Amino acid sequence: MEWETVIGLEIHAQLTTQTKIFSGAPIAFGAEPNTQACAVDLAMPGTLPVLNEAAVRKAVLFGLAIDADINRSSVFERKNYFYPDSPKGYQTSQMDEPIVGPGHVDILLDNGEHKTIRIHHAHLEEDAGKSLHEDFHGSTGIDLNRAGTPLLEIVTEPDMNSSAEAVAFARKLHSIITSIGICDGKMSQGSMRFDVNVSVRIKGQEELGTRTETKNLNSYRFMEEAIKMEVERQIEVLEDGGTIAQETRLYNGDTKVARGMRSKEEANDYRYFPCPDLLPVAIEDDYIDALRGTLPELPDARIQRIAAAHDLSEYDANILGGEAGMAAYFETVSHSSGDAKLAANWLMGELSARLNSEDKTLEDSPVSAEQLGGLILRIKDNTISNQIAKQVFDAIWQGEGDADSVIEAKGLKQMSDSSELEAIVDTVIASRPQEVENFLGADEKKRKKMLGAFMGPIMQATKGQANPGMVNQILLKKLNEQQS
Amino acid sequence: MHTLTLAQATQGLENGDFSSEEITRHYLNRIGQLDEHYNSYITVTADAAIEQARGADTERAKGNAGTLCGIPMAHKDLFCTQGVRTSSGSRMLDTFVPPYNATIVSHIKGAGAVVLGKTNMDEFAMGSSNETSWYGPVRNPWDIERVPGGSSGGSAAAIAAQLAVAATASDTGGSIRQPASLCGITGLKPTYGRVSRYGMIAFASSLDQAGTMTRTAEDAAILLGAMAGFDPLDSTSTDIAVPDYRATLNDDLSGLKIGIPDEYFSEGLHPGTAAAVENAIKELEKLGATTRRISLPHSNLAVPCYYVLAPAEASANLSRFDGVRYGHRCEDPEDLYDLYTRSREEGFGDEVKRRILIGAYVLSAGFYDAYYRKAQRIRRLIKNDFIGAFYDVDVILGPTAPSPAFKLGEKTSDPVQMYLEDIYTIATNLAGLPAMSIPAGLAEGLPVGLQLIGQDFGEAKLLNIAHRFQQATDHHLACAPIIGGDL
Amino acid sequence: MALQGSDIDKLAVLARLKIDNEIKQEVAEKISDILSMIDQMQAVDTSAVLPMANPHDATQRLRADVISETNQREAFQAIAPQTEDGLYLVPKVID
Repeated sequence: MEWETVIGLEIHAQLTTQTKIFSGAPIAFGAEPNTQACAVDLAMPGTLPVLNEAAVRKAVLFGLAIDADINRSSVFERKNYFYPDSPKGYQTSQMDEPIVGPGHVDILLDNGEHKTIRIHHAHLEEDAGKSLHEDFHGSTGIDLNRAGTPLLEIVTEPDMNSSAEAVAFARKLHSIITSIGICDGKMSQGSMRFDVNVSVRIKGQEELGTRTETKNLNSYRFMEEAIKMEVERQIEVLEDGGTIAQETRLYNGDTKVARGMRSKEEANDYRYFPCPDLLPVAIEDDYIDALRGTLPELPDARIQRIAAAHDLSEYDANILGGEAGMAAYFETVSHSSGDAKLAANWLMGELSARLNSEDKTLEDSPVSAEQLGGLILRIKDNTISNQIAKQVFDAIWQGEGDADSVIEAKGLKQMSDSSELEAIVDTVIASRPQEVENFLGADEKKRKKMLGAFMGPIMQATKGQANPGMVNQILLKKLNEQQS
Repeated sequence: MHTLTLAQATQGLENGDFSSEEITRHYLNRIGQLDEHYNSYITVTADAAIEQARGADTERAKGNAGTLCGIPMAHKDLFCTQGVRTSSGSRMLDTFVPPYNATIVSHIKGAGAVVLGKTNMDEFAMGSSNETSWYGPVRNPWDIERVPGGSSGGSAAAIAAQLAVAATASDTGGSIRQPASLCGITGLKPTYGRVSRYGMIAFASSLDQAGTMTRTAEDAAILLGAMAGFDPLDSTSTDIAVPDYRATLNDDLSGLKIGIPDEYFSEGLHPGTAAAVENAIKELEKLGATTRRISLPHSNLAVPCYYVLAPAEASANLSRFDGVRYGHRCEDPEDLYDLYTRSREEGFGDEVKRRILIGAYVLSAGFYDAYYRKAQRIRRLIKNDFIGAFYDVDVILGPTAPSPAFKLGEKTSDPVQMYLEDIYTIATNLAGLPAMSIPAGLAEGLPVGLQLIGQDFGEAKLLNIAHRFQQATDHHLACAPIIGGDL
Repeated sequence: MALQGSDIDKLAVLARLKIDNEIKQEVAEKISDILSMIDQMQAVDTSAVLPMANPHDATQRLRADVISETNQREAFQAIAPQTEDGLYLVPKVID
C-alpha cells in the first residue's frame, strides 16, 4: 500500500518587542524567575490588559511579507483552561477574527521545484509561563516571566507532504520573520516553536486521515525526527488494522521518544469568547501603507537579486540569500574579495563545515566576513595556495589575526622565485631517475598523472609554499629537457 | 457632624469649625459603637485614617486642600487598596493584601480624602441583598431585619447609618442604584468607561462600573469629579474630558424632556414605590420639565440577557482564583486538580459557584450560539431601545427597584426572584448608560428610589436634575432611625 | 433547559469546582430555573442583529512599547501561598 503524508504546521514566533503584549513588563530572556512578571502578568485581581502597539505592528508586517490579507478589525478572545503557567485561567488569543488572514509562502524543494504553502491565518496571543519540573519536594515550580510575551501564531494549511518539505518551509519562515525583524528566530531559547499536525492517507484518497499534533518542537532536526517517527507510527497502526486517535503528543529530542499526553483536558472545551477587557483592534489603511514602506528586502527578492548579481545557481542563491545574516555575510565577503564564486565556495564549504562541526551559528563565527574576504584576496593574487589557505583559515578561526598577519607570522607566503624553485625541481628530478624514466616512457595522456610523483616531494621540500602553477610549469620544462 | 454632607463638611473644615482629625475620630467612634448592628464595614483602618486626617489638616493649613481634603469616606471592598486587605466579600480573598492601588483609590487619595475602611458587599459583587458576603449580611439602617440591597450594601448602609460621609461603590447590574434606593441615599453609576476599572476586582468586565454613594447629588458631583477620567491602564476607559460637574448643578430645568417608560411601571411594581416615583415626576414638572410616555420594548429581556453575559464573563474573570499566586489555598492538596477544586470549593460561596457554572454552561460547545451569541444580539436591541428613546427625550425616569427593602432571607432560596430585583437597573449596564438613584420618599416607612437614566457621558445632566430636585424637596434629608440615637 | 446532575459534574470539571453529591440535584434545579428565565430570549428573532460585546462599540487603544514595570517579586510573593527560590509552587504537574 502506498501512503501519503499530510503535514500542517503551527508556528509560535515570539515577537521582538521591549515589553509584553498586554503589560509594560520587560521580556528579556534568562532573567531570574518571576522578576519580569508584573501585576498584570500575574493576573492580580483588578488588573487589566492594554495592547502593545509593537506587537500589532509586527503582526501586520508579517502579513505584508506573506502577501496576506490584513484584517481591518480583529478580536481578542479568552481561551479558558486551568494550568499553573496560565495565571488568568485563560489565554488571551485570537480565534474567529485573527489579525492576519490567508497568505502564502513559497519553498524550494530538493528537486529544484517550487511549492506554495498556503498560510491559513496568523494571530496574536500571549505566551504562558514555564513549569519547572525539577524536584521541589515533590512540587512543580512556576516561573511567570514568559507569561504575556507576545506571540504570533502562524497556521499553515496542510500543504506539506514530507518532513523535508516541512523543514524547508520552517527554514523559509524563519528566514522571513528574521528578515523583517519581528522575531529573533532563536529556537534554542524557544523564540520559535513548532507544532506539527501529521496524518497519513492512502495515496489517491480524497479525505484526510485523523491527525495528531506534536507540540513544542524547537529545532529543525527534532521536527524532522518527530514527523518521520509519527508517520511511521501511524502507518504501522493503520496497516495493523488500528485507528489513529486524535491526540496531542510530545516528542523528546534528547531521548528520541514520542508519546501521547496524559493530560486531563478531557473534552477540551475552551469556551472561547471575546475578551471584554480588550476592544476590537482596528487597523487603518494608512497604518498598513506606512508599514508597507518600511518592509525590508524579503528573502525571495534577495535570493533573486543575489543570484542575478553574482551569477549564482538558484540553489546556491537560496542558501546564501535565504537568511538575512548569511546574505549580509556573503555580500561582504564577495565585495571585499571581489570574487563571488570563491566567496560562495568558502561560505558553503569550509566555513559552513567548520560552523557545523563546532555547533556554531554564523552570528558567532570567529571568522568575520572581512577576514574571509581578505583571505580570498590572497588566494586570488597567488600569495597563498588553496592548501595553505585552509591553514590560514584555521589560524584566523583560532583568533590569530587576519589573513595577512597570519601569512606573515607563519611565513606561509607562496614561493614564486623561479630560480629558487628551479633548483629544488632539479634536485628532486635528479634523485628520482626511475620516475623520470617512467615519465618519459609514458604517452602524453598518462604523463599528466605521473607528475604527482614529483609534485609531492617538491611541495614537501617547500613546505607547501611553492606556487603550484609555477612548479608545474618548471617541472614540465625540465622533464622535457631530459628527453632530448 | 455626622449629618453633614460632603459639601458641608468641606465648608466646616475650611471654616475651621472642626479639623479632619476631629471629624475622622467622630466617624471612627460611630463605627466602633454602631456598626455591630449594620455590619457595613469589613475592615476599619482607624490608625491609617487618623494619620491621613492629620496629613489632610496639615495640607489644608498650607493651602493645598484637594477636593476631598480631610473627608472621611469608605471604599467598597473590591477596590484594591495597597497594604489593606481587599476581600471582595469572599473567603477566597480573606487574606489578600494587594501591593497596589486601584486607579480610583489613587485618585481619591490624591484629592486628600481620609479612608475609614472597606465596606461590606455581596461576594464578588454577585447579589442584590448583601447576603452572599463571606463576612455576613449587611443590615438596612431603616430596619435591621431588612436587607440594604446589593451588591454595594455596605457602602449604602454606611452612608444611611452615617458611618461615612461618602463611599465608593460599583454597579454591574444595579449594585449602586438598588442599595441606594433601599437605603434612601444618592447613588450614581457613571457611563461605562467614565471611571477606570483598573484595580477594581472584576465581576463582569463589560458591565462593571465604579461610582458613588453619597447623601446628595452635589456630593456625588464632587466625588465623581475626583474619580472620573481616562486611565491608560484600562483599555475600556474613554478618553473624554471630565466636565466640572458642580458647575452645572443649578442649571434651569425648564424645557427638560423626561421620558417615562411604560415597561418600568409593570404589574410587579410595589404600589408605594409607584406612588413615590409618580410624585417625584410631578415635582420635576413643577421645576419646568415636561414628561412623555415612552417605550423600551426589549426591557423584559434585560434580565435574561444579563444572566448570560455577566456569568459568562465572571466565569473567566474568576478563574484566576486558583490558590497558586494569592488568595485561599486548601490544606495539603493531593495533586493539582485537588488544589484547584478544593481551594475554589472552600473559597467561593454558593451564589458565586452558581454563576460560574452558568457562565461555563452558556459558553460551552453547542450552547454558545443559543446563549452567549444570542445575548450579545439582545444586548444591542436593548441599547437600540435607548438610542431610539433619546431622540425624543433628555432623560429617562422610573423606579430604581420594584419594591422597598425586603426582609433578610426572603429571597435567598429563589435566585430568580432575587435576580428580578434588578429588573429596572440592568438594562442601563447592558447599554453602558449613566444612571442614578435618588431618594423619592417613603413607602411603608421605607425609602424609595427614583432612577434617572442619562445619555452616554451625560452625568452632568443627571446630577443637575437630581440636585434641582433635592433643592426643591427634602426626601434626601430623611434619616434612618439610627440605633444609639444622637451618638 | 433542565440540567441533570451529570451536566453539573461536567461543568464543575470545566470550572474546577467541587459540587458535593448531596447538593448536586438542588444546584441543577436552581440553574435550570435560571436557564428557563433566560430562555425568554429565544422568543425574539435576532438573526439580523449584530452581536454587541462592549457598550460603546469602541476600538482598542494601543500602548507604546515602553517598559513601565520594575521587579516587584518580593512584594508579590509575600502574599503567595507557597514559593521557593522565587518560584510559585504547586503539586507536581504531570503532562
